[in-house]
Amino acid sequence: MLEMDYSPLLLSLKVAAISTFFVFVAGVFIAYLLAKRDFFGKSILEALFLLPLVLPPTVVGFGLLILFGKKGWIGSWLLEWFDFQIVFTWIGAVIASIVVSFPLMYQSAAAAFESLDERLSNAARTMGASESRVFWSVVFPLAWPGLLAGLVLSFARGLGEFGATLMLAGYIPGKTDTIPMAIYFAVESGQMEKATFWVVMIITFGFSLILWVNWWSKRNIRRFTKS
Amino acid sequence: MKRFPLSTLFISLAIFLVGCSNTNETEKTRAIEQEKPETELIVSAAASLTDALEELKGPFEEAHEGITVTYNFGSSGKLATTIENGAPSDVFLSASSQDMNNMEDKSLIVNESRIDFAENALVFITHKDSDSTISSFEDIDPAAIDHIAVGEPESVPVGRYTKETFERLDLWDPLQDKLVLGSDVRQVLTHVEMGNVDYGVVYSSDAFISDNVKVLAEATADWHEPIVYPAAVVAESNNQEAAQQFLDYLTGDKGEKTLQKFGFK
Repeated sequence: MLEMDYSPLLLSLKVAAISTFFVFVAGVFIAYLLAKRDFFGKSILEALFLLPLVLPPTVVGFGLLILFGKKGWIGSWLLEWFDFQIVFTWIGAVIASIVVSFPLMYQSAAAAFESLDERLSNAARTMGASESRVFWSVVFPLAWPGLLAGLVLSFARGLGEFGATLMLAGYIPGKTDTIPMAIYFAVESGQMEKATFWVVMIITFGFSLILWVNWWSKRNIRRFTKS
Repeated sequence: MKRFPLSTLFISLAIFLVGCSNTNETEKTRAIEQEKPETELIVSAAASLTDALEELKGPFEEAHEGITVTYNFGSSGKLATTIENGAPSDVFLSASSQDMNNMEDKSLIVNESRIDFAENALVFITHKDSDSTISSFEDIDPAAIDHIAVGEPESVPVGRYTKETFERLDLWDPLQDKLVLGSDVRQVLTHVEMGNVDYGVVYSSDAFISDNVKVLAEATADWHEPIVYPAAVVAESNNQEAAQQFLDYLTGDKGEKTLQKFGFK
């Protein structure tokens, strides 16, 4: 049996889970806010949201370093006022994950909300439902399959994030070594056994995740449609 | 109405890029290409050689008509792995004898072509604005350091030399949780240049080309394996002759002068 340090697995799960939480909340909120609304500059705003999707991760990482580095715009401020450092911590890995996975969540949520039938929400409104009731009882359940797709994509993207993470969180064994990082450095130093172990691990994990989500969402959609 | 924010973005980017490229030059190169079959020489080189080699590219191509040089920069360990896995490459310029020895053992290089063409030293650097008073490696106090950037010791030669040096000074273990491991020497340098780490350990040639860092100390040469840069023609290369010409040029007068100019010995 291989002598293995399992910390990359736990770290990767922690980073992906936390970043997915923020991305889901922000993505759903912003997409709902912008859906069915038209204003000057909306396409530009949307393009800005989706930009991390088309940029190379190193460019994203560089941008994040400029923002969050010790001498960066936000980073220097945080350091001065809160003595808080983002660069080379696992929080840096969370931020990198958030930025690269947000476009996926936003796009899925926006598509889900755009395709909803406005008449259903309006019907609820005529029956006196409050806006939050309309959202939670009508819009959210109906949009759920699309939102779920975004959720899974964001989680997977966060789990696999490498380029921007390496730049912002660095590679500190035991602190910021996520699974993709462990794979990269294992390959570079010719430790093929270790690399294979993590590759099999991440494939198994991603595969089971998708299977589980599919099964779970099918069950839940049935429940929604029955009641 | 459906929106296409992505396509708008692509189009504007495309327009921007077209505006940037110089059409005249592209046409000229195309004309030359048609006259004579070009040999594309792929040189896989250690990241620390980037600037010196970029400067050497023009004069070499001028002196050897019909050869264009394409560089593939990376850490020596990674380059060795990619060459072993069949990535096309004609010349291998490594920052470590160890990687070259491994290649030689596996008959991946032309043994007779192997030659040491440069030497380097290990230096302890900090950001140019830092008020650090450290003046030698022995002064380093792990307790006073937040983060120090070094090369990854298993795959990046500069990391291995750094580890040897720190082990020699009994600093490696106390520094363990302060180490930010870079995937090549340039990344280590960038961490220091941007002020994200307190210190870094790089080659003197890297510190030499950067205006944003200052050298605090140089490691004594016998603390680590000698830092020599071995070069060799890759065994699988289809351009053996051109590859050898490149090595001759590198070890010749012009090559040596250029390397010295960038802080190599």
